[in-house]
Amino acid sequence: MDLLEILLYIQIALSASCLFRIIRGPSIADRMVAIDIFGVLVVGICAILSIISERGFILDIGIAWVMLSFIGTLTLAKYLSGKKLNE
Amino acid sequence: MVSTILIAIGVLFNLFGCIGLIRLPDVYNRLQSATKCGTLGTCSILAGALIHFGFMDAGIKALIAIPLLFFGATAAAHALVRGAYHFGVKLGDKSVKDDYKDIAK
Amino acid sequence: MRYLALFILTFLFWLLLTLDVSLVNLVVGAVVALITSLLFSKYFFDKGYKFLQLHRYFWLLVYIVILIWECIKANFDVAYRVLHPAMPIKPGIVKVKLNLQSDFARAMLANSITMTPGTIAVDIVGDDLYIHWIYVSSEDPEEYSQKIAGRFEKYIKKTFD
Repeated sequence: MDLLEILLYIQIALSASCLFRIIRGPSIADRMVAIDIFGVLVVGICAILSIISERGFILDIGIAWVMLSFIGTLTLAKYLSGKKLNE
Repeated sequence: MVSTILIAIGVLFNLFGCIGLIRLPDVYNRLQSATKCGTLGTCSILAGALIHFGFMDAGIKALIAIPLLFFGATAAAHALVRGAYHFGVKLGDKSVKDDYKDIAK
Repeated sequence: MRYLALFILTFLFWLLLTLDVSLVNLVVGAVVALITSLLFSKYFFDKGYKFLQLHRYFWLLVYIVILIWECIKANFDVAYRVLHPAMPIKPGIVKVKLNLQSDFARAMLANSITMTPGTIAVDIVGDDLYIHWIYVSSEDPEEYSQKIAGRFEKYIKKTFD
């Protein structure tokens, strides 16, 4: 088995370990931290996958995922601090 | 070969970040470990992709994703820690100092 | 002037993202960059002439090198604290005085503080920056201001302020 494939499986297992914190987290803020990091790890999965399969367009998915998870985290953080979205 | 080494380093730092996410006691410390290790680990993986593809179209995309990820992660961490404080999450038991308490109200 | 600066930045970003110099692509990119710069430039650069001062680009390079070095140091610091069996943490929120004037420079300082070992910027109120620190190693405000913000402040002052 190729070394890159082993690294890919390790990365997938790491993002699964974030799910542990999403399910168990005692407060909402813990869950949101775990969701944020889950998005970052998925971008890593996209990059490794694009090298293994030699298809560059998977990196486009990674860029879109970075932007969407950033906007989603900002929105959830606004909600946490108890403000409306236009403040 | 260089790209594989960079990706291995990135996965290793992501592993440290996930251990910190599970092991550390309260939200703020988890955010510290998760943000730093997650960001540098994933940036290292993207740098590996950049070296593997070279400065062609896919490599340029990896190069664009690095600053986006960097500034996105820092701004998101800042928003999350502020939101968590205003939501009322207490600092952990080991904390020694809190200058922000009077201002936040 | 500030419209032009944001227009050039967004148009360059579009070109890098598509890597295509056909006429249709250039026209679409120019129109989108124009709309973006008209709508959003009032939030960004208050003084556009700073883009023409070339010595700022030199200090930007120095600043990026120092930022990457501090970022790598931060990762080893976090890895040490996470893997140590006793977890040597002593967290707290401290107050640091700011010396920078423009909003953009302050945002960059908060960003770089978030990426340095053991610190996250929480909020800016007036001239004070509140920082969550994973290991509060001193009680003296002068000393920890120097320790947290002093590493970057002079370079950011030369680059963005």
